[in-house]
Amino acid sequence: MEDAAVEEAEVSGGAAEFAPALVAAHPLGRSVAVAVGPELRVFDLKASSAVSLSDNSGGGSHSDAIRAISFSANGALFASAGDDKLVKVWKTDSWCCIRTITSEKRVSAVAISNDGTYVTFADKFGVIWLVTMGESGGEQEPTDNKPVSIFGHYCSIITSMKFSPDGRFIATADRDFKIRITSLPKKPLRGAHEIQSFCLGHTDFVSCIAFTCLSEGPSFLLSGGGDSTVRLWDYINGCLLDTCQVRDKVGELLEPNETEDNNLSVADICPTNDGSLVAVAIQSLNGVMLLACDLIAKKLSFLKVVTTEKCYIPTSLSSSFSADLLWTVMGASNMPNQATSQLCTRLKIIPHFKKDPLAGCDHVPTVLEDSEVPHGEKLLLALQGSLDIAKQEEVLASVLAALKVSMHKMLVKKHYSEERREQRKRGRNDKKIKK
Amino acid sequence: MASGDGANGGGGGGQGKLPRKRFYRARAHSNPLSDSHFPIPISPDEVDLSQHYPRYFPSGEGEARQGDAAVPRIRFADVGCGFGGLLVGLSTLFPDTLMIGMELRDKVTEYVKERILALRASNPGKYDNISVVRTNSMKYIPNYFRKAQLSKMFFLFPDPHFKEKNHRRRVISMQLLDEYAYVMEVGGIIYTITDVEELGEWMRSCLEKHPLFEAIPEEETKADPVVKLLSTATEEGQKVARNGGQTFQAIFRRISLQE
Ligand SMILES: C[S@@+](CC[C@H](N)C(=O)[O-])C[C@H]1O[C@@H](n2cnc3c(N)ncnc32)[C@H](O)[C@@H]1O
Repeated sequence: MEDAAVEEAEVSGGAAEFAPALVAAHPLGRSVAVAVGPELRVFDLKASSAVSLSDNSGGGSHSDAIRAISFSANGALFASAGDDKLVKVWKTDSWCCIRTITSEKRVSAVAISNDGTYVTFADKFGVIWLVTMGESGGEQEPTDNKPVSIFGHYCSIITSMKFSPDGRFIATADRDFKIRITSLPKKPLRGAHEIQSFCLGHTDFVSCIAFTCLSEGPSFLLSGGGDSTVRLWDYINGCLLDTCQVRDKVGELLEPNETEDNNLSVADICPTNDGSLVAVAIQSLNGVMLLACDLIAKKLSFLKVVTTEKCYIPTSLSSSFSADLLWTVMGASNMPNQATSQLCTRLKIIPHFKKDPLAGCDHVPTVLEDSEVPHGEKLLLALQGSLDIAKQEEVLASVLAALKVSMHKMLVKKHYSEERREQRKRGRNDKKIKK
Repeated sequence: MASGDGANGGGGGGQGKLPRKRFYRARAHSNPLSDSHFPIPISPDEVDLSQHYPRYFPSGEGEARQGDAAVPRIRFADVGCGFGGLLVGLSTLFPDTLMIGMELRDKVTEYVKERILALRASNPGKYDNISVVRTNSMKYIPNYFRKAQLSKMFFLFPDPHFKEKNHRRRVISMQLLDEYAYVMEVGGIIYTITDVEELGEWMRSCLEKHPLFEAIPEEETKADPVVKLLSTATEEGQKVARNGGQTFQAIFRRISLQE
């Protein structure tokens, strides 16, 4: 009978798709990591030096685009994973890789449980896998400690995965508009079967999710997606609390002819640690949009846009709990005609990323000039791969072009698959309708 | 509350009434994976019951009354309902319970819709509690039902997908049981039956392994009037019976998690 019920999630996740550069700040502000293509670059903010990574895991190093990076809540561990099907877990005191896990499929998301006991990752079929790291979060584990699948989104690609601040839930977002909140059982190796809620409301793919909370207060979930909205959720009950249409606001900032063919998907979101603000990266927006997040009134509202130079459109955002810096990065790999030597990224920092005491006034935070960046050239060289601004401009332009091409491709692909579906339908022989 | 419906007027709430535009997804082509040639409600809030059960929700009342706890809700789902024989059988057995069939094939869904309309026309006051929706149940169950909404789910003679690599296409799997458990109330019952022994074992073993389901003792299932319908009410069941085929049932109760 009908076989079309299942289409592999793989169809929309071809290896040729461009892979955005990623940034992650250590929660306590000790280091910053940037991933672009197979390269993982780390800068030690305490020692003020680039980190050279070492590997004790006996596994290979990344050989294809890294799709997800994440620190554990206390910063002791770091995980990286991607198209090469490797999940690598690093100890951040030594930046030594202590574990390399091989996934059967490409990996699209990775997270570390708050106590550092478990690493979870999602593969291209939407299956979530879990591995135990051991209490100390660094002991060598026996090699038979294989990942076990604990749940899945049926044939959908997971775009983001996060543990709730209290560690009770795993939130997973997918390309089919869904966010699932799953209870983490005491013995998760047997699977995580109890769904707490679904957060449904996005009308296109969900690209990013982030938990946020007032100090000591209840936590909330934020999400952004292809429908150009940022949403605030009571994730315990799956209730949508507020929706902020960023499209309207961006529309006011761009030239009229720019909004037309531009994709205004939300690429990434990053809340401040006091929960009062959310930074939003939007495809086609040169800058970062700041939203005020009122967790008492449960409202999201547009605050301002911190603009950057013309062709700087951040692909990823991060901040640490200790310092009020918002780290942003732009870059891509898997771009057409790109040589690996060109895996450059551009990094920019927005200071004073916290509730603005002068919010009433028109004090607008500005992006740090390269000369103002902490640790200066050393840091930029380590994380960008180059200081050569002229070259950077060139790279940025090509990244911009790649962004456009990839969007265009996605659209073309959709039409194509639509057509193909029709063809397949015609080719099928299950049309014998009996009465 | 907001309305909107994937059902496209299953049960024909007022014949000739065109499906309302705003009920459909804003962007039909937004997801290459989505079966975008039929509309999917963004969330259960958008399922417009008045289109499915016009006698229960006269003149679009389904929208306004959705939030109201006293309002009837869909309680039974027949997943992969085929030509709808089970719905027709259950309709008179539970005349006050709203139930829905979910079917992937377009023509089959249309057939069920017409069948229900015809039954309503020739039996006034009856068959107002059943309807059908065209959807891919493996992907969109949470779009139709809220947490703990359903008291019964049916999986009768599902496609076997014999090959090992196609096992994940089966409608019963550990993964999908999580979603079924989510939409079912504690105490609710899941009914499965097949004439394929291997599939029967598979469905039973998934249910046995799943921490949110527990087997119902045979004495109890024997007393359940629904059980008889499993092998007799549907077109597939009747075919199997005609050919004297054996059937394999697994009937389990939704329980709360014991940790
Ligand atoms: C073998 S038939 C059984 C039909 C009916 N239950 C009976 O007993 O006569 C299986 C039905 O499930 C439907 N089906 C298969 N996959 C489905 C899916 N993912 N969502 C909804 N229906 C599906 C098929 O189109 C088919 O009509």
